[in-house]
Amino acid sequence: MQIDWRDYHSGEFYDELISTPGNPRRAARMLAKHLASLSGEDIAERKLSAELAIKTMGISFTVYSEAGNIDRAWPFDIIPRIIPQREWQVTERGLTQRLQALNCFIDDIYNEQKIIKDKVLPADILAGSANFRPECVGMKPAFGVWAHICGSDLIRDNDGAFYVLEDNLRVPSGVSYMLENRKVTKRVFPELFENHNILPVTEYPAQLFDTLAAISPRPLEFPEIVVLTPGIYNSAYFEHSYLAQQMGVELVEGSDLVVEDDHVFMRTINGLSRVDVIYRRIDDLFLDPEAFNPDSVLGVPGLMRAWLKGNVAIANAPGAGVADDKIIYTFVPQMIKYYLGEDPILPNVPSYLCCDKAQREHVLQNLDKLVVKPANESGGYGMLIGPQASKKEREEFARRIKAEPRNYMAQPLIALSTTPIIGSKNAEPRHIDLRPFVLQGRTSSVTAGGLTRVAMRKGSYVVNSSQGGGSQDTWVVVEEGK
Amino acid sequence: MLSRVAERIYWLGRYMERCENTARLVNVNTKLLLDLPRGVRVGWGTLVDISGGTEYFQKDADLADERAVMRFMLSDTANPSSIKNSIGFARENARITREIMPSEVYELINNLYWYLDENLSKGGARRERHILLETVIEKVQQFTGMLAGCMSQSDAYHFIQLGRNLERADMTSRIVDVGARRILEPAAKDDETSEPFENILWMSVLRSLSGFQMYRQHVQDRINAEDVVTFLFQDKCFPRSVEHCLGEVADCFERLPNSDEAISLLAGVRRRIKLAQFAELIDQGNLHEYIDAVQTDVAETHKVIAATWYLPVVQSAS
Repeated sequence: MQIDWRDYHSGEFYDELISTPGNPRRAARMLAKHLASLSGEDIAERKLSAELAIKTMGISFTVYSEAGNIDRAWPFDIIPRIIPQREWQVTERGLTQRLQALNCFIDDIYNEQKIIKDKVLPADILAGSANFRPECVGMKPAFGVWAHICGSDLIRDNDGAFYVLEDNLRVPSGVSYMLENRKVTKRVFPELFENHNILPVTEYPAQLFDTLAAISPRPLEFPEIVVLTPGIYNSAYFEHSYLAQQMGVELVEGSDLVVEDDHVFMRTINGLSRVDVIYRRIDDLFLDPEAFNPDSVLGVPGLMRAWLKGNVAIANAPGAGVADDKIIYTFVPQMIKYYLGEDPILPNVPSYLCCDKAQREHVLQNLDKLVVKPANESGGYGMLIGPQASKKEREEFARRIKAEPRNYMAQPLIALSTTPIIGSKNAEPRHIDLRPFVLQGRTSSVTAGGLTRVAMRKGSYVVNSSQGGGSQDTWVVVEEGK
Repeated sequence: MLSRVAERIYWLGRYMERCENTARLVNVNTKLLLDLPRGVRVGWGTLVDISGGTEYFQKDADLADERAVMRFMLSDTANPSSIKNSIGFARENARITREIMPSEVYELINNLYWYLDENLSKGGARRERHILLETVIEKVQQFTGMLAGCMSQSDAYHFIQLGRNLERADMTSRIVDVGARRILEPAAKDDETSEPFENILWMSVLRSLSGFQMYRQHVQDRINAEDVVTFLFQDKCFPRSVEHCLGEVADCFERLPNSDEAISLLAGVRRRIKLAQFAELIDQGNLHEYIDAVQTDVAETHKVIAATWYLPVVQSAS
């Protein structure tokens, strides 16, 4: 197949590369021209070489339901998604602002709870949060930062503006795929990198290391940092291993760690060795069987004690997920004003809270137009996409909402923007989102772009890799001659 | 380095070496068939014996024909040492330890895995089998070379070395054992082998270890059981002799922490190999018992490694 942009129609949706059939956006002009110049054979060959590179590099992820097939090649489309740098600079500021406010919020919630006393956040909203950890009350982590790594999901509506769909403050994943996507694209389209001024993404592992090193309780040049993984059967194991490798730190499982005298040690061939910082990729409730789920074999008994005494740093801090609750999310714009005294740079997607009577009524009456989300699920599980759901599914959700109003919120179905992927006869539009990664410790940083997730099925809005989503390399491009 | 990672990377070394050894065995047996005159049968069962799969075929000895044995050695997941299993286990261990190896090493293992996944089923025809097995040997050699050339020779490297050399010592002793049982014991001299071909069989034993030229340079005498067995057990220089492999293991022990107990155990093992009188053992028909004892020693060495450096087996709380 050869690409003909004149025959590329994204309909009413905002397309990232092509504004109207035949007309690429300014930052994408060179790319679009180059792609259209390739023969069908050329494109097929490059597609194949990307698949080969992915297989060889062992870029994989796991789908839980496939017994026996524990790693699957990463689904990738070779056309890059382009964001102009001017636009990105604003987004970047918005993301930094947002994470700062979120960290102020978490720190406040576990200490003075001023935001509740000042009635900006209703007390019962916090009381209903499944991710509030009473064990963490009174804790003061370094720099007042609880969420050191945040993956926020951004989407673009028909108007072309970015909206924040959700913040992932527990164990956000995907950054390794962002890095690997770039490597694959460099192998597949080396010539494009000569002619474009593309911001690099490779600094992330070093920035992550610096962020983690800065929170070490012992002020060492090279504190002992470890990545704590649930193990090889976790869907993001590839990423855990990748980040450990890129940072040059140990990848540990719970059984490798032991707490003695409220200090954390790892079992090495030399005996026990002190650990300063744990970048954990395990959910709160599995971290420490003494403090949380007693059946957890993934965690480390006594870890919470060591953390509360300040003898080990944990990123993200236990309890940080309190701000990743989808109900709390609706208050983030207020938080930004309250803590930072600033106007939010990035807007939220308009949301309706089911715990509010008037809003709940609105939701129940418009279930066929709204997307309903449970407060604490991730990975796109447990959602109702109203316009695509059956009557039976909608009735089921109405029942659940009435039973547990605090646990649900609803949003209008945002017309996710599209971007071209290689189709069978021509480039075809598919819906996408963007997950940039934001770091905060002594300083803050934002990845240039992020992970673009693509709903590979035509018309689908589900971009989650656990449910058949794919991805593209994301380029933040400096436009020449402004 | 983490105890768990040390254990995984040790097994990576063992499984990669097992891939290569199995490929060598199959390859040399295939070639041996071509050397022997018609009417002399060399059992494919020899290969099964080496891999400890005798029971598997006991149900029906006639099943142990070329095709069945090939499947068993190459692609049968019921055989723990089949190439398919070995590369699969090697890759699992590499996935767990990939952050401590040069990334090209994982790519190589991963590529070999996918190559075998696609081609192992074609191992039936001799011509394709030859290419497949040569590729396995070549890739494992490349793996070893990459590690030697690109990996820091720190603890992780020494654990791979431990795994590789213990596996090699074990395999060499097994190969000699099977050769000796087929060739030396009168009971085994059925229609499978016969006197005039003893020479060719010992040559094939040497070839399976790529040791034919090395042996010729070292031992001028014509090929005979005593010299071949002595060479494969006691030679200090040949990299696949039991003594050489255990010497490498001893070097690793010297460099690793807390190794006193392991060093002392291994010293005893090596002493028993140095003092062995193979002429006597062969004459008195005690070679097989001796080799059994060597294999037990290798297993003990593995146990002391595990007890010294690996994670204790965690007992569940209940």
